[in-house]
Amino acid sequence: MAEYKVKFEVFEGPLDLLLYLIKKEEVDIYQVNLTRLAGQFIEYIETMRMLDLELAGEFLVMAATLMHIKSRELLPVDQQAQAQDEDAGEDPRWELIRQLVEYKKFKDAAAQLQVLEARQENVFPRTPARLEFASETPSRCEASIFDLVSAVNAVLQRFGQRAEQREIFEDKWTVADRIQHLMRVLGEQARMKFSELFAGAASRSEIVATFLALLELIRLKQVAATQEEPFGEIVVYKTETLHG
Amino acid sequence: MELKPILEAVLFSAQKPLSLKEIRDVFAGAPEHAEGEESARRLKRVKEDELKAALEELAREHEQGGHSFRLACVAGSWQFVTQPEYAPWLKALVGHKARPPRLSQPALETLAIIAYRQPVTRAELEQVRGVAVDGVMQTLLERGLVEQAGRAEVVGRPMTYGTTPGFLEYFGLRSLEDLPAADELRRVAAQKPEGLATVDPGLATAPPEQLALPTETTKPEGEPQ
Repeated sequence: MAEYKVKFEVFEGPLDLLLYLIKKEEVDIYQVNLTRLAGQFIEYIETMRMLDLELAGEFLVMAATLMHIKSRELLPVDQQAQAQDEDAGEDPRWELIRQLVEYKKFKDAAAQLQVLEARQENVFPRTPARLEFASETPSRCEASIFDLVSAVNAVLQRFGQRAEQREIFEDKWTVADRIQHLMRVLGEQARMKFSELFAGAASRSEIVATFLALLELIRLKQVAATQEEPFGEIVVYKTETLHG
Repeated sequence: MELKPILEAVLFSAQKPLSLKEIRDVFAGAPEHAEGEESARRLKRVKEDELKAALEELAREHEQGGHSFRLACVAGSWQFVTQPEYAPWLKALVGHKARPPRLSQPALETLAIIAYRQPVTRAELEQVRGVAVDGVMQTLLERGLVEQAGRAEVVGRPMTYGTTPGFLEYFGLRSLEDLPAADELRRVAAQKPEGLATVDPGLATAPPEQLALPTETTKPEGEPQ
């Protein structure tokens, strides 16, 4: 006949069970009688065994610790290991109580997180619809290729004449990559200034690739570049955002 | 014009939570849209400290005003959010928030230890909880609430873990400083009481003095309340 093992889920670990037993005693952790607690703990484990519940190894380790504590105290006073001074790590009782106190604090902290978790489910952020700004700048005209080239020239000036002598690297920037990048950025941000497109650029080749990507997107009518006034700042935006 | 109402207007129309840096960028860009408005120029180079102070005050005003919404700072970004008590109507309006199922008790406990003690190793977590944490850690990592933070400078150089910005967002916390009772739990140094009451009075030997069961009248000194 098959044996049925039931996993006991109520207490996650031995510390959990100890805290439960202490709570039942209605005493402060520091005031708890560990010898009595040891008895209750073992009793509990016996019951679990009787019910043929699978017992985590940690419970047995804890039972052993408790038995150790209990046995120490059965010895006459003069035969007990001398009470250690400040070195608390030596005293198994103190070690256990410290562990219980610490665990209890985190259990309480977990309960507070749970409250926050439930609360956050009911908090709704304000998410206004995208506003329509198209009518704000009626006097826009399309930027010509010459405007674009002179604008990119201004950006390239930043990198000066360093190009004369340099090593040749593998081209990190491809036009295809930059097209995808531009589409993503413009998707998030609707409108961007021409100079902003190149704000993060670190090299000439990156600027050139981005610029070529921009020209390609303009050719494909995915993106439009406009200027509010002659020689003004060029603004780039995705074409659908105006119609859609 | 004052800083506060400007911030209120900016956050009112923002499409997403704004960080101090993003807000500062807004102020830096404002003068070119201002037609003769002097304050836009005056506030062009407003410092993050000033913004922060004004935001705090604005948040306080909203809180005191008892509105149905408040100005919240989550993971360092500011946003207007509704108060939780209005959730039923908002759920009817926009539906439930898309959130993964709530965390289990073991997961919350483990997460709490990581949050307060980070960076922390698995061994340290298991030491505090008294049980293995492998399954729980898997869940927390998968949900992006914790991440690897580095390696501990001890034997074996075990991996250490810390919380992510997603953790702050999930619980609506401004920063790790905002965790409840943060000071107390960071590094708990439990005070050892003078006497440990562990001996059964009925045992064969009289309890040694330092183990005497404290009575109501003679409470050990330094006992936590």
